[in-house]
Amino acid sequence: MARPLGEATREAYGKALAELGRENPNIVVLDGDLSKSTMTKYFAQEFPDRFFNVGIAEANMVGMAAGLAASGKIAFASSFACFVMCKAFDQMRLAVAYSGNNVKIVGTHGGISIGEDGVSQMGHEDIGLALSLPGFVVLVPADGAETREAVRAAAEHVGPVYIRVGRPKAPVVYENGCPHFRIGKAITLRDGDDVTLIANGLMVAAALDAAETLAQQGISARVLDMHTVRPLDEEAVEKAARETGAIVVAEEHLLYTGLASQVAMAVAKRYPVPMRFVGLYDYAESGAPDALMRKYGLTAEDIAREAVELVHMRQEAVV
Amino acid sequence: MVTTSVSVEQLERTARKLRRHIVKMLAIAGSGHPGGSLSAIDILTALFFGNVMRYDPKNPRWVERDRFILSKGHAVPALYAVLAEAGFIPEDWLWQLRKIDTPMQGHPSVKDIPAVEASTGSLGQGLSIGLGMALAARLDDKPYRVYVMIGDGESEEGQVWEAAMAASHFRVGNLTAILDYNRYQLDGAIGEIMSIEPVVAKWEAFGWAVREIDGHNMKQILEALHWAKEPREQPSIIIAHTVKGKGVSFMENNNEFHGKAPTQAELEQALAELAD
Ligand SMILES: Cc1ncc(C[n+]2csc(CCOP(=O)(O)OP(=O)(O)O)c2C)c(N)n1
Repeated sequence: MARPLGEATREAYGKALAELGRENPNIVVLDGDLSKSTMTKYFAQEFPDRFFNVGIAEANMVGMAAGLAASGKIAFASSFACFVMCKAFDQMRLAVAYSGNNVKIVGTHGGISIGEDGVSQMGHEDIGLALSLPGFVVLVPADGAETREAVRAAAEHVGPVYIRVGRPKAPVVYENGCPHFRIGKAITLRDGDDVTLIANGLMVAAALDAAETLAQQGISARVLDMHTVRPLDEEAVEKAARETGAIVVAEEHLLYTGLASQVAMAVAKRYPVPMRFVGLYDYAESGAPDALMRKYGLTAEDIAREAVELVHMRQEAVV
Repeated sequence: MVTTSVSVEQLERTARKLRRHIVKMLAIAGSGHPGGSLSAIDILTALFFGNVMRYDPKNPRWVERDRFILSKGHAVPALYAVLAEAGFIPEDWLWQLRKIDTPMQGHPSVKDIPAVEASTGSLGQGLSIGLGMALAARLDDKPYRVYVMIGDGESEEGQVWEAAMAASHFRVGNLTAILDYNRYQLDGAIGEIMSIEPVVAKWEAFGWAVREIDGHNMKQILEALHWAKEPREQPSIIIAHTVKGKGVSFMENNNEFHGKAPTQAELEQALAELAD
């Protein structure tokens, strides 16, 4: 059942950036001594004049990106998700979000699937931080193909964007590219009427696997790839609530402030139905990525289990 | 508490043994940072085993202990090797580095090992924490000293200079920084990515007492650490010129080994080079 692994989303990011650089001389890229990890090195190799490695200095990097953007550039600034969001948050707040500067922040190594380096390098709360900044579009692509589209869409969008990508190779979700990607529009990967699984990032592949398991148990699950956390596709959420009556949200992030919270808000506002959440409640630790995903409950089995309980709960309520 | 006197030769032998531990634990873990661990280990060896720091492995949280913070947290293999040698953690823990369900986190974590003084790994934070500890010693009238090791790349973080300014403003004489100046950061040579020169003049301008040494010359390291303990009303920094990957020929000044573990074959060669 396991899907074939494709390229890492950070790899797709780096390549997409180099592609964009060829098309648009206005694109500039900044990095904080991690260009070999964030993959901005591809852009740096081709366009050294439009690439600024600021050293280990994330706050300065985002401030510089704001200045470049205020002067007409499309500025992409990258570091690990935790460093760029946490260390440059104030700069993002005033110089980017409030000022409406055209800065694209791309945080790589998001989530706990970075593995052995452990907590200090993991983005557990990066999406929440991005969501707390009004005006920021927040994108969490699922695989390489979707990342490419997200990066393009971000460059075309005028205004601040945060894109979160990951370290490990990502299971392929979009075999033939992802041509229907639109900011703010969920992608329905599978239809179903007993329960809806809403996920982003690596959890999309897990949700698809969960849906297959559920099908074997006679439960028909809808799967939505919610690559855009803001602006959230509230129509798709409401439709899922109405038509399936139960929603499981899965994300590789602390549940307090990410996709789960956003979907729950939309459900509460538009059409309340029972919900379950698969994600993190605490910091993780060092370990092999797969082992961590198991230990912290971020697998297809975890999603399927929550879905089964939700469906049974609803059946009992009906009886 | 360590009180016996040790010779330079003994310390050099210990450092060589700890280098073997570092490459071995990284090879077993399959990931991690050899370069900056090997550049730092002579200094850590002198600090912990050269009658410099006061500590008690049976009582890691002893209030009067001297504190050591590894601000460049990715060099944690060097710290673990020293903590094992000092008796804070069992030696066989070293082979669990980075494994799930163990205390051996990939970066220093106060939640997992009591002898770790600060959780680090997001670069730039250690000196501020050390300054806070140094101020607490003064408030509580305790005799301890705080040592903080920072990287040269790490010195690019603004917070390092905020702490530097504050430490001299608050006139803490019980705070010593050690700069592991191995001239490389992650993306390449520090002079090419973001120069921190003139680094001696910078620290002097920030009001610190500065001493420059060869960070692999055990005698010079010991002298500098004892110099740092002399009473004064300003913080002190030892600028230690080091070699990234020191001690393993194919890792020396080869920044590929900034964040890459040795293979089994590489481990064997490294162990042969580091043999007693
Ligand atoms: C705030 C922050 N940004 C980026 C990183 C990623 N990173 C880990 S090690 C490193 C280079 C460190 O260079 P240096 O301080 O010179 O250490 P050394 O060469 O001694 O290993 C970087 C950029 C980090 N850990 N923290």
